[in-house]
Amino acid sequence: MTTAALSAPSPVPALARRPGPAAAVANSFTLAWRSVLKIKTNPEDLFGLLLQPIMYLILFTYVFGGAIAGSTHKYLQLSLPGILVLSVVFATLGTGMMLSADVATGVFDRFRALPIVRWSPLAGAILGDMVRYVISVAITLGFGMILGFRIEASPLAAALGCLLILAFAVALCWMSALIGMLVKSAQGVQLWGFLIMFPLIFGSNILTPTKTMPGWLQAFVKVNPVTYLTEAERALLTGGAAATAVQRSLLWTLGIFVVFAPLAVAAYRRRT
Amino acid sequence: MNDAAYAIETHGLVKQFGKTTALAGVDLTARAGRVLGILGPNGAGKTTAVRILATLLRPDDGSATVCGYDVVRDAHQVRQLIGLTGQYASVDEGLSGTNNLIMVGRLLGLSRPEARRRAAELLGRFELTDAAGRPAKGYSGGMRRRLDLAASLVGRPRVLYLDEPTTGLDPHSRNEVWGMIRQLVADGTTVLLTTQYLEEADQLAHDIAVIDHGQVIATGTPDSLKAQAGRQVLEVTPASRADLGAVAELLESRLGAAASVNAESGEVSVQVEGGGALRDILRALDDRSIELTEFALRRPSLDEVFLALTGHRPEPETPAEAGKAGAAAAAAPARELDRSTR
Repeated sequence: MTTAALSAPSPVPALARRPGPAAAVANSFTLAWRSVLKIKTNPEDLFGLLLQPIMYLILFTYVFGGAIAGSTHKYLQLSLPGILVLSVVFATLGTGMMLSADVATGVFDRFRALPIVRWSPLAGAILGDMVRYVISVAITLGFGMILGFRIEASPLAAALGCLLILAFAVALCWMSALIGMLVKSAQGVQLWGFLIMFPLIFGSNILTPTKTMPGWLQAFVKVNPVTYLTEAERALLTGGAAATAVQRSLLWTLGIFVVFAPLAVAAYRRRT
Repeated sequence: MNDAAYAIETHGLVKQFGKTTALAGVDLTARAGRVLGILGPNGAGKTTAVRILATLLRPDDGSATVCGYDVVRDAHQVRQLIGLTGQYASVDEGLSGTNNLIMVGRLLGLSRPEARRRAAELLGRFELTDAAGRPAKGYSGGMRRRLDLAASLVGRPRVLYLDEPTTGLDPHSRNEVWGMIRQLVADGTTVLLTTQYLEEADQLAHDIAVIDHGQVIATGTPDSLKAQAGRQVLEVTPASRADLGAVAELLESRLGAAASVNAESGEVSVQVEGGGALRDILRALDDRSIELTEFALRRPSLDEVFLALTGHRPEPETPAEAGKAGAAAAAAPARELDRSTR
């Protein structure tokens, strides 16, 4: 014992009972850094993130433009706010897919055996994904402007529009996180995600005017949060009365968050 | 001061998954600064025990402490003491080796430069410096395992869990991992090692607990277990099958134990007490001009340990229930026969 003083284990020090609030923030940001780093090191992911909005813009504008609005430019002014919503809604699927992969590969086990704040992997993933949504919004707006989209409202309104859509994405990604915790594989998340997202996206006024649809579908469109968000974005980017649509979008955002965040956290606790 | 002689202690650990009993009352003790090997076939409950000790699973019953801290009540403290390397290397494939380790360092509260320094140090020690900047998804199995081990050491854990650390590794990588484990133990780390390989437990562990069907069926040092498990086996293969009978007779007379003749492989095997008689046997075989193709002394294998301790061979892929059901079914007709003769 005396000769091996250097290698003998020192007495167990007094240990903290639980991590403090500063650790909670630090842990979450470290894990957010990780998920941003993954965007950079995964070329397919980055490619998809950049190319998807461009693909949507080109396809929808030139395929539907002439038929629906008479000219592609007119249609772009109408469709771009919707495509903004669509790109971000699909981007939220990434949250669930990543979480599901983390559980499957055992990375979460590593996190959970570390003395970190229990919910920080979830918070970190969502924080990191905000970067994805910002990229998605920036690409859609930027490329849209190259194609001829013009912001007709004030810059302040446009900035509010971007914030509103990011807030919606952050709320919706808790639903994605919930799916990620309930479904066993990333492919499963994609399947369930699309089954839920497709009706939300296409059963809305994003691409076509509501009045061309049958009554039952109009009823669905009128309660669909995507519809309100799209209306709000149109008003904030291209002018018009925004107040009601923004209010309803915010209510929906809050509602989605209040329902799905606790569910996702509960599912996460159960799974981990 | 929490200076317990045992770094790990469990009492009556029970864990069930639905109808499957993974652990049926497991008592384990690991001495501080030593290696406790948990030996058992697939599905014996080794991983479940490790997951409970790593605070990843709650036991249904019983208790476990690490350095005196309860794994359920004081989970956060336990996490500050342990490192975990799973059977399936849990590195983040999307990140480079360096970033994997920096991430763990930052999560453990190291500053950015400290985390960077510790990452470089560990990558060097695990011979991963050349691959440090590449995403881990391009690593070979051995490299991944080493990175996983490095990640579990970032926080200089006092207690390290290694869940089948060499399963699926080639002999070279396995030897490297063994070398690293020995170094860690020399530095004072307590190691809990699960393995399916008797040889691995024999090489590394100071104490061994053998688990089967969720229960500890034997504990002791490697030597004491091998003594329980049976003696060494001498295997002799004559060049000509015609000599099989003569060889068997000779071995039986010299060693005083029954020899078994495998006509198919042309091999005679017999249990050996000590090594003294071997030279006599070789000489006697030579005197009779019996040509040999093999003359080998074999240590008892895991199979034989199990056979000796449990009376059955390990059933890697069959769940516990199937084995029991089979045994019950086999016993039933015998009982009926019993009754009819009475």
